Amino acid sequence: MPTLVSHPDEVKVVSRRFGMGAAEIERYIELDGYKAVQQAIAEGPEWIINTMKASGLRGRGGAGFPTGMKWSFVPKVSEKPKYVLVNGDESEPGTCKDHVLFLHDPHSVIEGTMIAGLAIGSKLGFIYLRGEYRYLLKIVEKAVADAYAKGFLGKNIFGTGVDFDIITQTGAGAYEVGEESALMESLEGKRGVPRIKPPFPAVVGLYGGPTVINNAETIANAPHILLMGGEAYAKLGTERNGGTRLFGISGHVERPGIYELPMGYSLRKAIYDVAGGVKDGKKLKAVVPGGASCPVLTADEIDVGLDFDQMGKAGTMLGSGGIVVLDDTVSIVEFALRTISFYQHESCGWCIPCREGTDWIKKTLTRVHAGGGSKKDIDNVQYLAENMMGRTFCPLGDAAAMPTLGFVKKFRKEFEEYIEGNKAGTPIITVEQLVGAGH
Amino acid sequence: MSTVANTIFSPELAARFDHLATIYPLKRSALVPMLLYAQDEIGYVSEAVVSEIAKRLDLFDLDVRNVLSYYSMLRTKPAGKYNVQVCTNISCMLRGGYELLDHCKAKLGIGHKEVTPDGVFSLEEVECIGACCWAPAIQINYDFHDDLTPEKVDVLFQMYRDGQGKDVK
Repeated sequence: MPTLVSHPDEVKVVSRRFGMGAAEIERYIELDGYKAVQQAIAEGPEWIINTMKASGLRGRGGAGFPTGMKWSFVPKVSEKPKYVLVNGDESEPGTCKDHVLFLHDPHSVIEGTMIAGLAIGSKLGFIYLRGEYRYLLKIVEKAVADAYAKGFLGKNIFGTGVDFDIITQTGAGAYEVGEESALMESLEGKRGVPRIKPPFPAVVGLYGGPTVINNAETIANAPHILLMGGEAYAKLGTERNGGTRLFGISGHVERPGIYELPMGYSLRKAIYDVAGGVKDGKKLKAVVPGGASCPVLTADEIDVGLDFDQMGKAGTMLGSGGIVVLDDTVSIVEFALRTISFYQHESCGWCIPCREGTDWIKKTLTRVHAGGGSKKDIDNVQYLAENMMGRTFCPLGDAAAMPTLGFVKKFRKEFEEYIEGNKAGTPIITVEQLVGAGH
Repeated sequence: MSTVANTIFSPELAARFDHLATIYPLKRSALVPMLLYAQDEIGYVSEAVVSEIAKRLDLFDLDVRNVLSYYSMLRTKPAGKYNVQVCTNISCMLRGGYELLDHCKAKLGIGHKEVTPDGVFSLEEVECIGACCWAPAIQINYDFHDDLTPEKVDVLFQMYRDGQGKDVK
């Protein structure tokens, strides 16, 4: 069972009810649950969207798109039904925040789904959890059933004449399905391959109807924002980066865990104060700041604020908030190989630059790692990664290329030394010999 | 209501499938959950499972197989009674994921995607399971076990062998 941690610098909004038994509906109601949705029904869609816009909330899945704006893109009038789709397919390596959210506060996800539905004029929402999260799906299913039993879901919710239904859905193992268009394909009972955009889901989404797709943490913020007011939420963070977010700090730190910190909080403090510093007093080597797809930061690049814009300026991304800390014993060659092996495994194969690019980078790095590489391999890896960027339907190609580029550019010397150090006596291994190597 | 005669599923699962086929705007949306729930009961997605699910959702067997081959949790061969899934992705790797995997291989005497001769355990190296902050972590069937050491894994295996392991379904 995930252990809960806390730190005085935390500002608890979305994690406010963690550890308080709020998975039980009565407890959730005691803790101000289902108040925001009733206010939302009374105030109407325009108020909801304006409040969400004022909050400066940006998508917590990784892309950081402003949530209020996303909701406002959905056409008011539509011949086809509109849908809300909650993305709980959390699969980005280094990310486990939604795990804790579903465990401790499933009703906030349900209430947020209802609020999004009211905002866009939808009557049906889906909450999709990755297949591995079966015990969490059970918790969410029970929460949904309890909400139905109370008359909070279904026909005439809260006696207001409004109807809203929620269907929970399980995945069956696929990182790619965390991408919004692949998620819709999966929910339609198909292979999770991405769709081309435009049209965007807000116009043509699930079953061809306008669809809002939000990460589970994003959605869970909605009730809190409506209760505290958009401006108050915005003030917790930095400019254009409203509020707080769940950061999962993992790897070589003393106190790994999920911490809710204000947007813009110092990455250095997150590692050294909040998570207790590098494990066993070792030296920091590098940080992957927002899930495996974010370009790595070196130990002297961590004086940066954790918000979308500051991280962008620092040449990386805030991503999913999964901060992975590497001490100086880690081999970047090995780490880069493990990272690309993941993307090679998860590439759905739909777009050739991603399918072939991830495969060849993996093969090349496998050779380098095995001791048979040449310096030209480093250039080849960089060339392959650069040519994957922006050339695929969905961001998986970029997600594989970006960290790879970060590793070979920032740690080129280490790659060269690794290759040099292995030259003596180690024959160059052909890629053919390595096909099928790794796992 | 489904008009498909239930031949292979328990009455409970058949009833659940009857219900699942009615709740979505399009029936086909029930496909991925059905495959996984069928696997939970039968142990793997057999040819018979493919055919029956296809009939229930008005699909061709080929449509079902196309989807089946995409998802990493779905399998077409039996696994052990307890499927041990060891995460070796970055956060787990940094805290000993590979050492755990090697330990499991040695302890169970099997490799990736293999089953012990008595059919009790199978082993799989898997990608990130979403337990990064409590690494290294493994899943045995659907149950998470985190903050592990080889010693703790030995205790777990014994628990499962003694029939005391949790089995979430």
